[in-house]
Amino acid sequence: MNETETMKEKEMVDAQAGPADPIMDPPASPSATATVDAKAKRIDAEDLNIYYGDFLAVKDCSVNIHPNKVTALIGSSGCGKSTFLRSLNRMHELIDGARVEGKVLLDGTDIYARNMDPVLVRQQIGMVFQQPNPFPTMSIYENTAAGLRLNRKKTKKTELDGIVERSLTGAHLWDEVKDRLDKPAGGLSGGQQQRLCIARATAIEPEVLLMDEPCSALDPIATLAIEDLINELKKRFTIVIVTHNMQQAARASDYTGFFNIEKSGDPGVLVEIDETEKIFSNPRLKETEDYVSGRFG
Amino acid sequence: MGGNVATVPMGEGSGALPPRANLICFGASAAASAAVSFALGLSPFVWLVVTGAFTLASISIWSMMVEGRRRALDRVATIVIAEIFVLALVPLLSLVYTVVNEGLARFDSEFLTTSMRNVLGDGGGALHAALGTFIITAIATAAAVPVGILAAIYLVEYGKGRLKRAITFFVDVMMGIPSIVAGLFAYALFEIFFGPGIRLGVMGSVALMVLMIPIVIRATEEMLQVVPNALREASFALGVPKWLTILRVVLPTALAGIVTGVMLAIARVIGETAPLLVTTGSIDSVNLDPFNGRMANLPVFVYEQYKFPGVPPEAYIERAWAGALLLILIVMVLFLAARLIARRYGVEIRR
Repeated sequence: MNETETMKEKEMVDAQAGPADPIMDPPASPSATATVDAKAKRIDAEDLNIYYGDFLAVKDCSVNIHPNKVTALIGSSGCGKSTFLRSLNRMHELIDGARVEGKVLLDGTDIYARNMDPVLVRQQIGMVFQQPNPFPTMSIYENTAAGLRLNRKKTKKTELDGIVERSLTGAHLWDEVKDRLDKPAGGLSGGQQQRLCIARATAIEPEVLLMDEPCSALDPIATLAIEDLINELKKRFTIVIVTHNMQQAARASDYTGFFNIEKSGDPGVLVEIDETEKIFSNPRLKETEDYVSGRFG
Repeated sequence: MGGNVATVPMGEGSGALPPRANLICFGASAAASAAVSFALGLSPFVWLVVTGAFTLASISIWSMMVEGRRRALDRVATIVIAEIFVLALVPLLSLVYTVVNEGLARFDSEFLTTSMRNVLGDGGGALHAALGTFIITAIATAAAVPVGILAAIYLVEYGKGRLKRAITFFVDVMMGIPSIVAGLFAYALFEIFFGPGIRLGVMGSVALMVLMIPIVIRATEEMLQVVPNALREASFALGVPKWLTILRVVLPTALAGIVTGVMLAIARVIGETAPLLVTTGSIDSVNLDPFNGRMANLPVFVYEQYKFPGVPPEAYIERAWAGALLLILIVMVLFLAARLIARRYGVEIRR
């Protein structure tokens, strides 16, 4: 897809050269995982200023999010991580008075271009939320297929069955629910519901998956299950995850970005973003080091 | 061994009354006051009041002696609340009892299958009125429900700023319209086109519609607001357009509540008498055409039978009661249907 595309930054190519290779291997069993073999899309934000009405919530944010990598965003509460995340698939503007200035490029296409339909953007950039939010009126099967069904995409029953099975398998949920696909999704545990939401988001085959603190409502075991899943999902998707859990960022991500605010009321700023290893071992800035080592505030 | 258990000080009166002590007291009081009432030849009403007072007195004294002040107070509060509940039920039970008692005399097959055409004195029925009520209410519902639900969707999902505030305000105003004013509005509207003295079934529907719309809007609005925003966001994040999200995620989630609200609105207007009196008029025979001529309906039927009895008057009064009973039954069936639908499609909304 975008393999011929010239990379914007040299260092990024370097960063990808080594570890990217095993990712490019085709999945062992084509029926178990989706047949997506190529790379997902990259996101580049340029001078992003994000507002709630007149309040500037995130200031001058420029970041390159690499395809098929997990990028974690950390920082204290209220510093704009989630706001930034929601601006990446135009969910931010759903809030009254909220607006965004700047560019977000999805493989070079500005998703904030005037003729860009936010609905199409969101079909390419899926999202998983903090609280598991399966549709209560729908069964497990219908929830998984919701992206296709709600959009009235004409899909054959057998094809849909395949997509549902693939998505649930990909979300490590198939074995737990295959005997009760027609049962309401509300009967699942919190961790299962969150994995169902991930299956639902991946069923429409987006390029990018945004996760807004996907584990903060889950117990440690369910959290570990999701982290394993994230590790596998990056073979097919570009992943951006907001987390408050430093260990999670260290365990699950390839890149880590640190958001900070000077003081309450100031806009949040992405102060440092680098390879996760570097952020946690040898960050460029003192404030990053203070935060990741827990000496903050 | 028991040391651990007994370390908590139990305070005054650490004993316990037997389970169902409240019921025991109530039973004993009922029996005692029945004996007293019977001996003195008092009415059942006095018996009820005396039972309540006896229950309260006996449980408080008994509990005070055995369990102490705190639990005694708890029991007294429980009994007082239960008695107030019974008190609140008295008018309802009395009403149902009276209507059933008086209405059953003429609630026969003839009443349900014949109209009042060519009937003087005994016999006759309310078929024409029941059919009229169905037609008038059905038209009103068919017109008010889409308008109400769409208005509520606008208010909750789309509306903002001045227009939303204006609509909310006018819905409140509509809510407060006296029903006779709605009737006069419908009459005045049709009078413009058909001249004075016009009476049509559909005029009644218009009047009822005016009364229904604000109720449907309010009920739907409330139910839509209860739908968690997380569901809308989940749908948007799947790349579903807003209108499809509303149609296929928000509305199904709120469906049970909306149906209940619509049923309540129907129940509220189906018994309206005043607006129908000035719009549909009354007639003795079946008229199934709402656009042509007067149309009978149950509330007006009951009113006319009671207000203008002929000879013998008992026949008219009995028909009035039977008509009231039929109306109550229709409303009850609607409520049960609403409950069933709510349970069938009910969704537990978590937050």
